[in-house]
Amino acid sequence: MDIIVLVKQVPDTTEVKLDPKTGNLIREGVESIINPDDLHALEAAVDLQETHGGKVTALSMGPPQAIDAISEALGMGVHEGILLTDKAFGGADTWATSFTLGKAIEKIEEYDLILCGRQAIDGDTAQIGPQVADYLNIPQVSYVCEIETIEEDALVAKTRLEDGFERIHCGLPALLTVIGELNTPRYPLMGRALDACKEKAPIKVWNAADIGVQTSQVGLEGSLTHVIKTFAPKFKRETEMLEGDTREMVGDLMGRLKENRLI
Amino acid sequence: MTIWIEIDLCNGCKLCMKACPYGAVELENGKAHILERCTSCGACVEACKQKAIQTDAQPRSIPDFSDRKGVWVFAEQRHGKLNRVTLELLGKARELADTLNQDVSALLLGHGVSDLGETLISYGAQKIYLVEHPTLKDYRTTAYTQVIQGLVNQFKPNVFLVGATHLGRDLAPRVSRRVGVGLTADCTELEIDPDESILLQTRPAFGGNVMATIANRYSRPQMATVRPGVMEAEERLDNKGDILKHEISLFEEDMDTRVLEVVKEKRRRVDLSEAKVIVAGGRGVGDAGGFKVLEDLAAAMGGEVAGTRVAVEEGWIPSDRQIGQTGQSVRPELYIACGISGAIQHRAGMMNARYVIAINKDPRAPIFQVADWGMVGDLHEVIPEMMAQFKAGRNE
Ligand SMILES: Cc1cc2nc3c(=O)[nH]c(=O)nc-3n(C[C@H](O)[C@H](O)[C@H](O)COP(=O)(O)OP(=O)(O)OC[C@H]3O[C@@H](n4cnc5c(N)ncnc54)[C@H](O)[C@@H]3O)c2cc1C
Ligand SMILES: Cc1cc2nc3c(=O)[nH]c(=O)nc-3n(C[C@H](O)[C@H](O)[C@H](O)COP(=O)(O)OP(=O)(O)OC[C@H]3O[C@@H](n4cnc5c(N)ncnc54)[C@H](O)[C@@H]3O)c2cc1C
Repeated sequence: MDIIVLVKQVPDTTEVKLDPKTGNLIREGVESIINPDDLHALEAAVDLQETHGGKVTALSMGPPQAIDAISEALGMGVHEGILLTDKAFGGADTWATSFTLGKAIEKIEEYDLILCGRQAIDGDTAQIGPQVADYLNIPQVSYVCEIETIEEDALVAKTRLEDGFERIHCGLPALLTVIGELNTPRYPLMGRALDACKEKAPIKVWNAADIGVQTSQVGLEGSLTHVIKTFAPKFKRETEMLEGDTREMVGDLMGRLKENRLI
Repeated sequence: MTIWIEIDLCNGCKLCMKACPYGAVELENGKAHILERCTSCGACVEACKQKAIQTDAQPRSIPDFSDRKGVWVFAEQRHGKLNRVTLELLGKARELADTLNQDVSALLLGHGVSDLGETLISYGAQKIYLVEHPTLKDYRTTAYTQVIQGLVNQFKPNVFLVGATHLGRDLAPRVSRRVGVGLTADCTELEIDPDESILLQTRPAFGGNVMATIANRYSRPQMATVRPGVMEAEERLDNKGDILKHEISLFEEDMDTRVLEVVKEKRRRVDLSEAKVIVAGGRGVGDAGGFKVLEDLAAAMGGEVAGTRVAVEEGWIPSDRQIGQTGQSVRPELYIACGISGAIQHRAGMMNARYVIAINKDPRAPIFQVADWGMVGDLHEVIPEMMAQFKAGRNE
């Protein structure tokens, strides 16, 4: 069972705070982490490998410092890491990202299963998994909360729905996007993580030429959607503070609710 | 791609700093300066009025899409039951289509679902592409993708909206890749740009900390998934529509997935998106008993009770009643926030309420910034008083 895990390095947005004066993000000192869902994908891959054998590869596209995410994945027990990094990859939308990852997977060639997180906490699109699956022309199951059985040519997985779950039989090779419910990720082993930072660590670094793509097909130039504006969310309303003791405030409120035909 | 600043052109206006989602532009000696954090996303390039931010990206010409017409909505149904988001999308689609002077069509796929067509028409669909086949009975990604690909290629729509539900977020990216178009995720605002006549798609990113407006200039249809509970459904009983049956050939043997079982979780699923009144509680409610009081008020007003993530984590309410970025988005007529501080992740789910009442003992709580009416006080006194006066008013 050869497994590829897609891993994204992201800023820890749970740590992000807004500047109360300007309303802008304060990013100073925000740590880069492995996208939380991807830790569950890594755990599932290493766990499956321990029972079924085979090789686990972590694949990430990102700036050079995303190598830290790969090292952490190696620390969790992944056999090999591949970092796709090139100035040309910058500014990619999900169309260009899924193309780039798809090209790299075609170069890796051997795989039975691809695991990725459902959603990255920065871009937040949850589009990469299904788009990579479509690029490779393999089936997908998203929102996987349990892998029940897995055999040579098929698996049965539980997918979470808004009001329950479905059990799905899916042919292999396939791509699964996983959610936190799936498992509890192990901590990276210190020794392994340190080895992963050494020169002879099993990490490959590929650029655009290595995966055989033109710069016009990737990054901002290869993208079909573009961010044309960003702004801090506006949530403000004209607030009227009601005055007086509890009875007076509530009396006042009831009047307003009636005025506006809310009661 | 590389991005750099033409120092002579930069006037230090800081627009690029505001635009950067990664905080990767700083002012150095009154001029913009790009930090290592930059991911070359290009947001600053668009923002700079001085054209001081330059890239080595080749300028691209925008293809001619004048033959692309119509706003499409994917009609999401499971087991013959239409998802409410479909009706919300139809409401928005009509507004966009009116601006563009085009029509609204709904795609209805399944088996034995033709009677849903009338509902779609009564909410604004002018054309329905109905595709019925036994292999489409259960939703399956690749089968649905194949059918939609055929329809898109044949009828060439301009805009295509899908609900950002579990099903929609599984299907839409697959379809977008297949037909070769860009896709914007989980939008909360959609409007037509008056100059370019393109769809401007606004969505939260970075866990709701940043709003981004995204354009889809280089491919058609302009595709977006849209967050449930954000757009408004509008019944149009005088609307007329045609149901067009579309024949396809699909074979069970070719299907790569099979649904073995569908399990509904026992708990009653609450659909907060339909509630007119929501009484929501946070940490300030104190305990499960406190929520009982909120429930009574909600029941008296014909509404539902809900809460913050803290209330869910404390076990005071079930997780399907969580409002916010990782819970549900709602748009009731009235949202009563009790003992809720108003964290950004919570606000993300309730900002579309028509009226908001906030009750909090801390006058500086951020929830007051998003309320129409604020009451500073102990909710354990205010809520019972509201209940009493509400009942008294009703008996008058
Ligand atoms: C503010 C903002 C808004 C954006 N909105 C859109 C939009 O609406 N549409 C659009 O097409 N693009 C959008 N983008 C671009 C998008 O964020 C990037 O394409 C990004 O590379 C992938 O999307 P994501 O972070 O949403 O990943 P998701 O699709 O949420 O990630 C799901 C999983 O895919 C895998 N994965 C994702 N990225 C990588 C990677 N680089 N390397 C390895 N594995 C990966 C991981 O396993 C991850 O858990 C936006 C970017 C910004 C800054
Ligand atoms: C990635 C991420 C996703 C998240 N998603 C969500 C989400 O979907 N939904 C969500 O709600 N949160 C979410 N959160 C959590 C969010 O950041 C806040 O922590 C949470 O909303 C706070 O809940 P609260 O208002 O109940 O509690 P607190 O912030 O503790 O506020 C309690 C308030 O009650 C007031 N109070 C106390 N006692 C009384 C009293 N007797 N009478 C009146 N007022 C009183 C206090 O003054 C205070 O303002 C998320 C966080 C992260 C990092």
